Amino acid sequence: MFFAVVRFWPAVDAMMLSVSRWNLVGPRQFVGLANYERMAGDPVFWQVLGNTFEYLLLGLPVSLVLAFVIAFYLDRVEYGQGLLRALYFLPHLTTATAMAWVWRWFYQPPPVGLFNAWLGALGFGAQPFLRSTTQALPAVLVAAIWAALGFQVVIFMAGLKAIPRSYYEAAAIDGAGFWQILREITLPLLAPSVVFLLITTSIGLLRIFDLVYNITAGGEGGPLNATKPLVLSIYQSAFARMDMGYASAQTVVLFVILLALSLLQMRLLRGRDEGGRG
Amino acid sequence: MSNSSRGSKLVRGVIGAMLGLGLLAGGATRAAAVEIEYWQYTFKQRVEAMDALIKDFQKANPDITVKHVTVPYDNYRTRIAAAVPAGEGPDVTQLFYGWLGDYIDAKLLQPLPADLFDTAAIDRGFFPFVQGMKVKGQYYALPTAVRSLALFWNRKLFRDAGLDADKPPATLADLVDVARKTTKRDAAGNLLTAGIALDTAGQDVQWIRQVLVNQFGGMPYSADGRKVTYNSAAGVAAVQWYIDLIGKEKVSELGFLTDGVTAFRSGRAAMTIDGSFRLGAFDGQKGLDYGVTELPGREGVRSNFASYWVNGITAKAKGEKLAAASKFLAFITTPAAMQMWMETVGELPARVDLAQTDAVRNHPKYGPFVRGLSYAVATDFVDESIQRKVMMDLIDTVLLKKTPVADAVAAASVEEQKVLDGRK
Repeated sequence: MFFAVVRFWPAVDAMMLSVSRWNLVGPRQFVGLANYERMAGDPVFWQVLGNTFEYLLLGLPVSLVLAFVIAFYLDRVEYGQGLLRALYFLPHLTTATAMAWVWRWFYQPPPVGLFNAWLGALGFGAQPFLRSTTQALPAVLVAAIWAALGFQVVIFMAGLKAIPRSYYEAAAIDGAGFWQILREITLPLLAPSVVFLLITTSIGLLRIFDLVYNITAGGEGGPLNATKPLVLSIYQSAFARMDMGYASAQTVVLFVILLALSLLQMRLLRGRDEGGRG
Repeated sequence: MSNSSRGSKLVRGVIGAMLGLGLLAGGATRAAAVEIEYWQYTFKQRVEAMDALIKDFQKANPDITVKHVTVPYDNYRTRIAAAVPAGEGPDVTQLFYGWLGDYIDAKLLQPLPADLFDTAAIDRGFFPFVQGMKVKGQYYALPTAVRSLALFWNRKLFRDAGLDADKPPATLADLVDVARKTTKRDAAGNLLTAGIALDTAGQDVQWIRQVLVNQFGGMPYSADGRKVTYNSAAGVAAVQWYIDLIGKEKVSELGFLTDGVTAFRSGRAAMTIDGSFRLGAFDGQKGLDYGVTELPGREGVRSNFASYWVNGITAKAKGEKLAAASKFLAFITTPAAMQMWMETVGELPARVDLAQTDAVRNHPKYGPFVRGLSYAVATDFVDESIQRKVMMDLIDTVLLKKTPVADAVAAASVEEQKVLDGRK
């Protein structure tokens, strides 16, 4: 009962809000699907949705491959592994707000910005980064990937450690090569970690907010909405524009996407498990 | 032995119970005094100023206690909206002037009682734009303080550029000239020191819309506030002038040192435009030698933008709480309270006579803001945050998408008109 009230009531309430007009202080007014119609006709909403998927589709593969490669080689380090792992994990303990501000300074124009200073030293021209409609989103994403890396590396390493050494030894005796071992032993046995990270990383990327809010001017997800993800748009509709109905309608969309994605990934996991057993 | 110890325990218990009852009784008599709640959002200087005002108020009115509640800005409206209809929350609350319509529609506020708040006296006593708080002849809220914009300049950078450190620009043409002389770039053309820090996420949007448009001979909005009117030759010229600071004169860049406040306080911008509420931050910056002057004029036209937070009595306050709330609201809008607020928060007195004393008018830091208030306009926002975003995007489309200024201004005015049309 308690669980139902705490867990489901807000969700039900959000669905009901999404068919209302409410400015937080007045009475709620039922407006049917008007919020959804407005959403469909709002170019900013489509841009925001596109950004959200860009964060996901660019961020997911890059961050997981990178984390795996780091974990794979870190697993083979014999001395100071604990220290290195701790160093990789450190960003995970930092608040996103502080990180965002540090990265904001990294992306400054020369001579202040670190990245532009490097580019200059290598003889390249200065890049606008956060002040560009095309570079801003990838720039934010790099910071997000960096921030998530530590957690992913630790999970991968735990997964790698759980694979019995004897399997590798047996494979080596049978003459299997590096790629074969990776493909036939490491990756299949790592599947639970991979799926866990796929789900958590996807959800994390789809819910990206605080980083964008703090790294862009005025917390607007600019320039020209180029970096604005769905959650920031929801936040602005709700708490800057006091438009709770429209915010809830967007929340419902986000909920549907997250649900669909989680179901899909759980299905993939089950399919793989059964395949493994067969 | 054990008996006597039990006996003494019993005695102690009885004494304890009596004491407890006595405390309860004492509590009950004290509860007969009225307690009212005051709410505002969390902002260090404002909280300190209000704590001091409450202390003085309680000393003068020992039968009233004021509970001071501060709420983080993000939750502020939600919390009030949830609490007041349920009979909880504040008796007196602070709100942004642009929210008044919403609050009245939602029946969160009641009109200020006529016996303590004389409409004609308020009309005369407060700055004219405060009349926006009057609905159908009745005031619903009053400010303690008001804010306006001014030009801040860095004396050291002026001196370094060979300029008179005590002679800030008085006109827009002067401003461009001074900005050119104070801008520094390295051999590769990278900006080292900005002539003027520009920041559309800061106060620049208000400067462009309410000040520059006016100075270039236009009007940002129709007199009744229902139509966007800056899509005119004057509006285009005003935006073009602002864009030229970046594109043609190259005296600034958006996002330089992340934001305008940082650029100025770190001594890397010779000028910036900001509100009186920024004095605290700049004063706290070691080694920053700065001055404040009125916003530069153009062809004799001076303009300014005012904004303010107000205090109102919620619908929850009734009977003796209403009387106490009225008394408290009257107290925090007295000249003495305003004086104290100005010294603590840096915001200006909302009463004209108080703001226009020689001491304030000639004050090196408050003076320019107060002089600006006499001709300032408080934009009649429907939704400040969307209207700000429209202006930010207008500047970004010109700078990043190379859209012609006239087209961008036209598109922005259509976009902002939609917001104004949403007014009930």
